[in-house]
Amino acid sequence: MTALGFCDVRVSYGGVEAVQSFNDLLHSGEWLCLIGPNGAGKSSVLRAAAGLVPYTGSIAIDQTEIPATSARWRAQHIAYVPQSPLIPHDMNVHDYVLLGRNPYVRHFSSETKQDREVIHGVLERLDLIDFSQRRLGTLSGGELQRLVIARALAQEAPVLLLDEPTSALDIGHQQQALELVDKLRREQGLTVVSAMHDLTLAGMYADRLVLMHQGARVAEGSAKEVLKPNILSEFYGVSARVHHEDDGTVVVIPQRTTTR
Amino acid sequence: MAPSTSTGANHNRYWFALAGALLFVAMIVGTMIGPAGPTWWRIPLEFANRLPFIHVNSGVSKADWNIVWLIRTPRVVLAAIVGSMLSVSGASYQGVFRNPLVDPYLLGVAAGAGLGATLVFAFQRGATEHWIIDPLPLAAFIGALVAVLVTYVVGTAFGTTQSSTTLILAGVAVTSLATSIQAFILQRNTDVVRQVYSWILGRLSSATWGDVRLVLPYVVLSTGVLLMHRRLLDVLRVGDDEASALGTNVRRVRLIVVLAATLGTSAVVAVSGLIGFVGIIVPHAVRLIAGASYRVVLPLSVLLGAAFLVFADIPSRVLANPAETPIGVVTAFFGAPFFLFLLRTRNTSK
Repeated sequence: MTALGFCDVRVSYGGVEAVQSFNDLLHSGEWLCLIGPNGAGKSSVLRAAAGLVPYTGSIAIDQTEIPATSARWRAQHIAYVPQSPLIPHDMNVHDYVLLGRNPYVRHFSSETKQDREVIHGVLERLDLIDFSQRRLGTLSGGELQRLVIARALAQEAPVLLLDEPTSALDIGHQQQALELVDKLRREQGLTVVSAMHDLTLAGMYADRLVLMHQGARVAEGSAKEVLKPNILSEFYGVSARVHHEDDGTVVVIPQRTTTR
Repeated sequence: MAPSTSTGANHNRYWFALAGALLFVAMIVGTMIGPAGPTWWRIPLEFANRLPFIHVNSGVSKADWNIVWLIRTPRVVLAAIVGSMLSVSGASYQGVFRNPLVDPYLLGVAAGAGLGATLVFAFQRGATEHWIIDPLPLAAFIGALVAVLVTYVVGTAFGTTQSSTTLILAGVAVTSLATSIQAFILQRNTDVVRQVYSWILGRLSSATWGDVRLVLPYVVLSTGVLLMHRRLLDVLRVGDDEASALGTNVRRVRLIVVLAATLGTSAVVAVSGLIGFVGIIVPHAVRLIAGASYRVVLPLSVLLGAAFLVFADIPSRVLANPAETPIGVVTAFFGAPFFLFLLRTRNTSK
């Protein structure tokens, strides 16, 4: 079943087209990763789906087109984790995750008991329950990333958008965050679209890669099909070796071109 | 395990009780102190006597009671209204602009009101004495609203993004413009400089029940609207983009909050002049003692802002007796050191 569909989605900034006719269909539980050099339009696709930039064309969830006017409906169906979330340092963990229930709370009322139960469940699942009264300013980068994902889960949306979820993390926490997303989409059938720079990690976790360049899709398929030295050299301008492990992992290693 | 509740709900209840008690004490003390009138300890007795079903012989004469009821009490009530309004709108502005240095006068309220008042003083204040409606508060109110309206229209028309920076800068520009016009008028009417200056520093000395009736509807409406947005102000703390992605119409919330805060602020400025510092110091003091969530900051600012200004009005009556010390001077003079003290104790205890 199609969980998320993009039909002729275009995004322009001041007359310059940042995304040219993006089309895609994702099935429930699929992880699609957008790759491509800086400015390729990856983030714009995610921001369009999150309703943060105006776009033409349509984006549909379970075959229902997202209504242009309802931010609440969108937030009930799409959770968005930005590249660098704004962290209010004096807010505590519980209150931060509670923000994820915003799309379900009527304008002038407050969260119900059921909302609080959802929060409790999310905090428990992500091992944040002991942190719930801690202030965000006291958390480490890895803990914050887990927290932002927790807030997204509190939205109980079937689609999760991740913009560079690992760019600020060390290698251990990168793995932790991606494993967490992978586990959640397998357990709950979350449909995931992420934009990533680390090609090896992108190929390792995503079911499908889409390479974007100057707003257009230029290659797509499995890691094996997309991560090829000639493709990478053409669109990233990088000189890289691509190594295939026995378990199917595709490793991209940039090469030094100056003499040692 | 039971679902965890919000940030120390019991802890907050304690602060609300304390703030309410503080306001009550402030208002009682406020009515007890003044240059003329009955002996101070008789006044609470007389108030009790006037409650239904209670009879106490307080020994307060009819004339003395009139001093208390017609001069001191409206002044205390007005101080409470003005203090709570300035505090809650200061906190709200800080919330929608995510800027701790913002005060309720940010978008041109002060300069607009100042210009309106200056115009009235300059064009023969004496000639308006027999008018049915006093044009001074009306001119200040209209000046404040017009200034903020210009700021908002210009700021949102030129702002290409959802950022609030353009709005703040437009406020700075409108403030400069209004201030320069005011300076020009004062240059040509030097005889009213003293009056305008005293108006700008704020005063509650001439407060009447009429003033209270004049501002109360605006303040109640404005405070009500702001309090209804306290949860959404917490959502805005994660920034415009994330708040939108969480399903909030950020522009609409900002517009409503700014309009409500401006309406209330303009109304109180019209009767009390520009009382500085309250709108910054009270919300921050609340954050330091009870946390930064707007669900707590807004209602607690209402109570503590009221108590703060009632207390501040007492020295303004007695310091230079029989003359009045401008209340804006008192709020800054006592407020600033207290705030620094609070800042220091909180930073060393963490």
